[in-house]
Amino acid sequence: MTIRHHLSDPLLMAYAAGNLPEAFSLLAATHISLCDECRARLGAFEAVGGAVLQDAPVPLSDGCLDAVLARLGAPEGPAPRRPSDLPAPLADYIGTGLAAVKWSSLGMGVRQSILATGPGAQARLLYIPAGQAVPDHGHRGMELTLVLQGAFRDSTDRFGLGDIEIATEELNHTPVAEAGADCICLAATDAPLRFNALMPRLLQPFFRI
Amino acid sequence: MLLDVPPLQLPNPPFRLQPDMVRARIRPRVKERFLTSDVQAEIDWAGLMRRVRDHQDKAAFALLFRHFAPRVKGFLMRSGSDAGVAEECAQDVMATLWQKAHLFDPSRASVATWVFTIARNRRIDVARRARRPEPEELPWGPEAEPDQAEVLEAAEETRRLANALADLPEKQRALILRAYYGDLSHSEIATETGLPLGTIKSRIRLALERLRMQMS
Repeated sequence: MTIRHHLSDPLLMAYAAGNLPEAFSLLAATHISLCDECRARLGAFEAVGGAVLQDAPVPLSDGCLDAVLARLGAPEGPAPRRPSDLPAPLADYIGTGLAAVKWSSLGMGVRQSILATGPGAQARLLYIPAGQAVPDHGHRGMELTLVLQGAFRDSTDRFGLGDIEIATEELNHTPVAEAGADCICLAATDAPLRFNALMPRLLQPFFRI
Repeated sequence: MLLDVPPLQLPNPPFRLQPDMVRARIRPRVKERFLTSDVQAEIDWAGLMRRVRDHQDKAAFALLFRHFAPRVKGFLMRSGSDAGVAEECAQDVMATLWQKAHLFDPSRASVATWVFTIARNRRIDVARRARRPEPEELPWGPEAEPDQAEVLEAAEETRRLANALADLPEKQRALILRAYYGDLSHSEIATETGLPLGTIKSRIRLALERLRMQMS
């Protein structure tokens, strides 16, 4: 797998600092599971956290150490790997594999499955049949799209397995799945999308997209 | 089984990282600045972690606790916790360090960095009750011990990074601290940190490549 489109520095730093909405964290964790380059960059940002941690010690009350010593049990061993064709963080949300996802139709063969995440942003899986387009849309906030299967193109570039597209308010795009395999993406948005044609816009409240 | 454990060897010369002793020798202007001897100390933290992992050594754990628990408490207080919650969480964080010692890899992170990640996750659990999905865990390779030169290099980088952070213009430094205390969203974070992150990234990248080769 050759990943060409990565997480940005601000996203990685916010993820390292623990301050991304859950939906964005899910996407970051899934990408990092596939991308050692971003895993290393995350490590560097976490090292900054290590330096920040050293900054301001505050003494603990007496007895704290003894209380902790008293409750130490046997350390855990490595967690068993669960059989899944998905990166572990994503498997935690959707189970063993893409085959098990319950899809709902968005029309034109495009399907989605909304994932349960905390406040601040929403995560969904998108299923785009090979050769099919997602309706032309813009963004009020930020939309991150991670390719899990197949590939898509828009006016900016081609996005293949493991690639992330970071779309902001400046971008209007019509992503088209490449011919060949159907395209499955994990997408996260921190504001509703802005569809440029009337029909999708009318349907938007029903699809929560 | 505990009887097989070799006796704890304190770093030599006698353990020197009692925070008070270090603080007394630091110039007031740059109180965060690491001393050269802290590079040695950082290696020793990693050694203590290894003793916790391999021998469930409570004496080693106690030394790690005395150093890191007050730092975790301070970090959480600056992140907005009151003292009581911060202290409780600091205890949880140190208990997790014991529980998950098998996940610590000194070729990829210093002990301080690793403790930071545990503290960060605890803060998220407590404050927001939202989850923070984690990347897939990477095991240690079959050759579990990274060589000493590598650990030394990692420690040296930790020191350089702390110095660079201390040397930043105050405004820039304050912004980075705020980001790590959880006060800045991704859209408020500036891309340019002014910190030497490239070398750290490259070293971790090499460690990951080696790990992947061992796994395949």
